Amino acid sequence: MTGATSNAAQPTPPPGPAAAPGPLVQVRALGVEFDVDGQNHTAVRSASFEIGQGEVVAVVGESGSGKTVTALAMLGLLPGNAKVTGQIEFEGRDLLALSERELRAVRGRRVGMVFQDPVAALDPVFSVGYQLDEVVKLAEPGMTARRRRQRAIDLLSLVEIASPAKRLGDYPHQFSGGQAQRIAIAMMLANSPRLIIADEPTTALDVTVQAEVLDVLRAVRASSDSAILLITHNMGVVADLADRVVVMRAGDVVENQPVDALFTQPKAPYTRELLAAVPRIGARGGADSAPGPDVADPPVLGIHDLVVEYGGRLRKRVRAVDGVDLHVAPGEILGLVGESGSGKTTVGRAVLGLAPVTRGEVAVNGHDVTTLSRRGRQAVRRTVGVVFQNPATSLNPRFRVAQAVIEPLRVLGGLSRAEAAERARELLRSVGLDSRWDDRYPHELSGGQRQRVAIARAVALDPALLIADEPTSALDVSVQAQVLDVFRELQARLGFACLFISHDLAVVDALADRVAVMRDGRIVEQGGRAQVLAHPAEPYTQRLLASAPVPDPAVQRARGRARLALAGKTI
Amino acid sequence: MLDITALEPVAAPVRRSALRRAVRHWTFIAPAAALGLLVAFSIFPSYFAGLFGNGDPRACDLGSSADGAAPGHPFGFDVQGCDVWANVVFGARSSIVVGLVATVIGVAIAIVLGTLAGYFGGVADQVVSRLTEVFLGFPFLLGAIVVLNSVGDRSPLSVSVVLGVFGWPLTARLVRSSVRSVRGLDYVVAATTMGLTTRRIITRHVLPNALSPVLILATISIGAVIVAESSLTYLGVGLQAPAISWGLQIAAGSRHFQTAPHILIWPSVFLAVTVLAVIMLGEALRAALDPKNAA
Repeated sequence: MTGATSNAAQPTPPPGPAAAPGPLVQVRALGVEFDVDGQNHTAVRSASFEIGQGEVVAVVGESGSGKTVTALAMLGLLPGNAKVTGQIEFEGRDLLALSERELRAVRGRRVGMVFQDPVAALDPVFSVGYQLDEVVKLAEPGMTARRRRQRAIDLLSLVEIASPAKRLGDYPHQFSGGQAQRIAIAMMLANSPRLIIADEPTTALDVTVQAEVLDVLRAVRASSDSAILLITHNMGVVADLADRVVVMRAGDVVENQPVDALFTQPKAPYTRELLAAVPRIGARGGADSAPGPDVADPPVLGIHDLVVEYGGRLRKRVRAVDGVDLHVAPGEILGLVGESGSGKTTVGRAVLGLAPVTRGEVAVNGHDVTTLSRRGRQAVRRTVGVVFQNPATSLNPRFRVAQAVIEPLRVLGGLSRAEAAERARELLRSVGLDSRWDDRYPHELSGGQRQRVAIARAVALDPALLIADEPTSALDVSVQAQVLDVFRELQARLGFACLFISHDLAVVDALADRVAVMRDGRIVEQGGRAQVLAHPAEPYTQRLLASAPVPDPAVQRARGRARLALAGKTI
Repeated sequence: MLDITALEPVAAPVRRSALRRAVRHWTFIAPAAALGLLVAFSIFPSYFAGLFGNGDPRACDLGSSADGAAPGHPFGFDVQGCDVWANVVFGARSSIVVGLVATVIGVAIAIVLGTLAGYFGGVADQVVSRLTEVFLGFPFLLGAIVVLNSVGDRSPLSVSVVLGVFGWPLTARLVRSSVRSVRGLDYVVAATTMGLTTRRIITRHVLPNALSPVLILATISIGAVIVAESSLTYLGVGLQAPAISWGLQIAAGSRHFQTAPHILIWPSVFLAVTVLAVIMLGEALRAALDPKNAA
């Protein structure tokens, strides 16, 4: 910390009026290294950028690019094994040179932070009103209780919580995820910070909810002159909110441009790759190829009037799936889309025999799995492959890569040791992993590689049906693009039918033949991909499509205006 | 494990070098050496006890009762005037046998019951959990006293069986929760949906990933069991004199701590070294077997 010590010797200038000319934040040659067991890992090599007064700067990059570390460095929140160099000048002071005590005065008061997980950001045992009151008390110590309450109500209405006065006594679990995130924003606003750092503020939220939170952030920015540092990997969110974009990769800033220029004329090759990898609805174009599944062909998967209820004697019964009819023809990919809680994952689990089926029929190749014996069910399961969402838990940490694929081939496929090894090699090659990876353990692989191994394992027994539950949602966009390519190739070659469950309409658009939209346990719309996604008949599908941010700033601005106009009309 | 090494000849050296690296580290060498010495004590007690010339633990002279160190008696004498060093060496066998056997019995019961409860849930979970709670709620010492009083012969083996049978409930709870958290992970669900047998899923996918916290608890409990043996002995239901164990010596020494602290201190030091060595060895082995450290 050479720069820091030289600065600490000088007397720190007074905070001064905020209207000082020049940028609000100036990051100069920021470098962060982590000392892990004696080895140095560089998280940020040399990052320099500025944030102007009232400007929204988005820092984008994939995991490991150093974007979050940069933000944490600003607030001095890095763990003890981090070595920080360079300067972060905020309101004329170098934040890196401040003592812990001086930093505390900056945190919260001058700089506010919004985190990814809204539920964890609020304390579950205190009412929202109490928590707001607490921050207001800290922000403005002289206020009377009555005025503090009024201020809390104002803050809640600022973030568009309906009937705020009534909801002050409610506890965090009584709010939805999007509301909780907006309350977290309200708490941060109590101090009227000059700079708001938002670290993936909408990543954990559904698209329709994400749109609400983005609207609130836009309103905050319009009503105050706070600057926003937005950290995200979602180019749609960037296009929606940012004025300027800083693209980071492997600890370096590779590009820094106004948002429109970035999307229309990206300079760095990496930015171009990144933008090309973002799936866009309608990019695939074309019409629905087949006019519909051939009735003569018996479906690989036929679901009729499926009802799944959770709960029992002690708790209230919850209907997760409520009368669903679906079918997947041989060689067809059916995209099942919906927001969290829509029941789409439960449908997938019911097919695998992992959900309590209350009523209805789930037939795989004509065998109803709900009525089969244990042995029969195991036989059916061998014809069904499965890929899950989380790359961190998709593979047994104690199995080597090749072993993971060999196991089903040996144990269930009845292949000899040599045959299984050969077949596994072939499968791993087809998902793009050469033989050097065979003896690696899962933790040595990247998330994308792990998901590719999981796909190879799932198709090892040549299944008639593959259930893919959000297989790419936890991956970076460029990695997601690769995994989807691998998936598409394998499907074309092996010809399995697939139930592809996802919340991402663009991904489904890129992959599926037909699309079914779920909401509250029911299918609201079902049909050919082009028909459902280009000309949706249901208002809910239309809303889903309109909420998903598009990586194009001009489109997002037009949509934002339309949404505001619509909101104005309804009030 | 043989078929795995045969399948992946290339990977075998990677794994071995990791193990070799772990084995060369002092965190492995130091506890292994200490434990090796203690095992040697329990196999050849007469040789080690005789190192200072007075190797018979029962050659006692009341005239030197509770005396301190003297030539040929580096650890001094106990209340009966017996050589403390000889007693500590002879005590190693029964204490180590009790510690290991009781822990193995307890952990085996815990793994079976905990896995049943954690993997299958439902009725199995209810039955095992309630049984665990009954055993936890039942005063351990009372149970041990009743059982040991009705058992005629109180050898190290019968004492360790009783300690093991009463010592499993906490470990079983740990196994249960650990198995539960692993069984919900995607790779286990994937194995289930592939149609693998339950037995294979449990032995290959669930247990190897669920047992590392259990291993740590087990190594700690070896020490706890050795101490428990001493409290049973103190209450007069554990090993009986003329048996020799650290527990007996600690029990006897505790009554004379103010006047002759060395009688308590020496067996306690050996007990502490044993416990520490086992814990460190367990941790070193756990780290060496973790694929994350194999790279």
